[in-house]
Amino acid sequence: MADTSSDERTITGDVKVTIEHPFTEFLRMYFKNIAAVLAFICFTVIVLVAILGPLLTDLDPFRIVWMPIAPPGQDGFLLGTDSLGRSIAVQILYGARASLAVGAAAAAITLVIGLLVGSLAGYYRGWVDEALMRVTEFFQVLPPLLLSMVLVGLFSPTLQTVVFAIGVVSWTGVARLARAEFMKIRELEYVKAARSIGSKDARIIWRVILPNALPPLIVTAALTVGAAILFEAALSFLGLSDPNIVSWGKIIGDNRDYFLEAPWTVIFPGLAIFVTVLCINLIGDGLNDAFNPKLRER
Amino acid sequence: MNTVPTAPLLEVDNLQVEFKTRRGIARVLDGISLSLSAGETLGIVGESGCGKSMTALSIMGLVPQPPGRIAGGEIKLSGEELLGATERRMRQIRGNEISMIFQEPMTSLNPVYTVGDQIAETVIEHEGLSSHEAMNRATEMLRAVKIPAPEQRVRECPHQLSGGMRQRVMIAMALACRPQVLIADEPTTALDVTVQAQVFDLLKDLQEISKTTIILITHDMGAIAEMADRVAVMYAGRIIETGSVQDILRDPQHPYTQGLISCVPHLVRDPPAERPVLLEIPGVVPPLTDLGQGCAFEPRCARSQARCRTEKPKSRETTSDHLCACWAVEEEASA
Repeated sequence: MADTSSDERTITGDVKVTIEHPFTEFLRMYFKNIAAVLAFICFTVIVLVAILGPLLTDLDPFRIVWMPIAPPGQDGFLLGTDSLGRSIAVQILYGARASLAVGAAAAAITLVIGLLVGSLAGYYRGWVDEALMRVTEFFQVLPPLLLSMVLVGLFSPTLQTVVFAIGVVSWTGVARLARAEFMKIRELEYVKAARSIGSKDARIIWRVILPNALPPLIVTAALTVGAAILFEAALSFLGLSDPNIVSWGKIIGDNRDYFLEAPWTVIFPGLAIFVTVLCINLIGDGLNDAFNPKLRER
Repeated sequence: MNTVPTAPLLEVDNLQVEFKTRRGIARVLDGISLSLSAGETLGIVGESGCGKSMTALSIMGLVPQPPGRIAGGEIKLSGEELLGATERRMRQIRGNEISMIFQEPMTSLNPVYTVGDQIAETVIEHEGLSSHEAMNRATEMLRAVKIPAPEQRVRECPHQLSGGMRQRVMIAMALACRPQVLIADEPTTALDVTVQAQVFDLLKDLQEISKTTIILITHDMGAIAEMADRVAVMYAGRIIETGSVQDILRDPQHPYTQGLISCVPHLVRDPPAERPVLLEIPGVVPPLTDLGQGCAFEPRCARSQARCRTEKPKSRETTSDHLCACWAVEEEASA
């Protein structure tokens, strides 16, 4: 097991201990997973491109730069142009910002709501649990895409509305997971022990139980970012996105009528979504391996 | 050990605790009365499910409510009533005046914090020490519970320690604020025999130094013989016999106590070829939801009589400071 390697015992019973810092151990476990490391590198590049995007080109994504539906590679337009003659490459570059930002923000909202609802329900049980779970179920029975379409349609389709709509429809999974973790952990002896030394409920929830409940939640959070990017793409594809901001889903949505004549207009942004979400999921897997002590060093 | 009778430090009087279950209301504690003076060790023995741990949780104010409910009685610490106390006051008492160590040292420590952090937490909570001072106290406590190389161990996580060491850490945690009462809920059940002895020795040493009152909950008669000054025997939520450790072990009155003691296997130097059959008390503890009118032990009792089925026996003094709740014993005494 883990501690024999870091725990040298001499015959006299003296113990020489070299303690590996939990964080270095975590990194070591993560770096064992090659796919996760590659995904992390790839994702870092995507994030950098998204941040530095405007510096990499002097073209506006909305400007007509060339003849419409020009195939990739012609005249320096790497990925061709769409039906209005706008550069697909530049749009993808700019779209990365919106897609990643929406993904991250929506995942953050999902996590905050899910964690609050789940932890309170799982810790207090009783009527608190009943009430919160009925609310959760209410959101679960509504079709998420439909509800978010209604929400975006009800308000103006801005980036914030889209983020809010995605967050509101996708927190239920996190809430259920957090509730299950809290229900499991609250019965453990160290929570009883924390109570027996006089800790407050808030302390027990956030400092005692939450750190132990985090690993599956962090993994879910990572996967939620990917899911939110996909969700945003779906909404944009249906035309429910800010018309003034390019996102990957919007590029596909704008060009869906030309799919057969100009497949590059949808394949490349689709590929961008695919690669990004794949990276995020692989990172999630890597985190799962690194966090899960039961899989450690076997 | 302690022979001078002093005013009771902890007094439990006629404590009643009920639990709502699917099969009705279960009276898990039915009129528990205990009295402990400073520096004394009380052993509580009984089978699983007889209410030992529930007694401990009630004293800590940690009975889960609902489904539990304190139906009546009093718990007084140095004269202060704990049952009606505010949650805020109870939090001050827990860990500071009464603390508890649990049965499972393997799961009683939070795996994500170092043991130092966890011991420090108690003193930060109750004495408002800075985290640096608290860590020094934690190191001191680890030294007090005889963990080798405390300066290093204090920075280790629970998974780096053995079971016996973790139980020492638990003891360090429980004693960090020098509580008046320490409740040890089967502290050695999960440990092997040699480590058990070490833990008991440690508890006795620490008790000698700090005059802590210990409530030792166990089903191990050996542990009782080693640790306790007085013993309370519980059965189905009631205390059926209580007295000094000598009285209970040498001269048990209640048929259940007699049974318990005769069930303890003996080590003999030359075991006969034909090993004696280990004794047992036939039957099981009845479900607490249907205890009926009479004595709860009656269905398993060899000395049961008509009266046992209809009336609950009351605690009567057999000899001085030795109480027993049994009709048969009472009849014998009056005859």
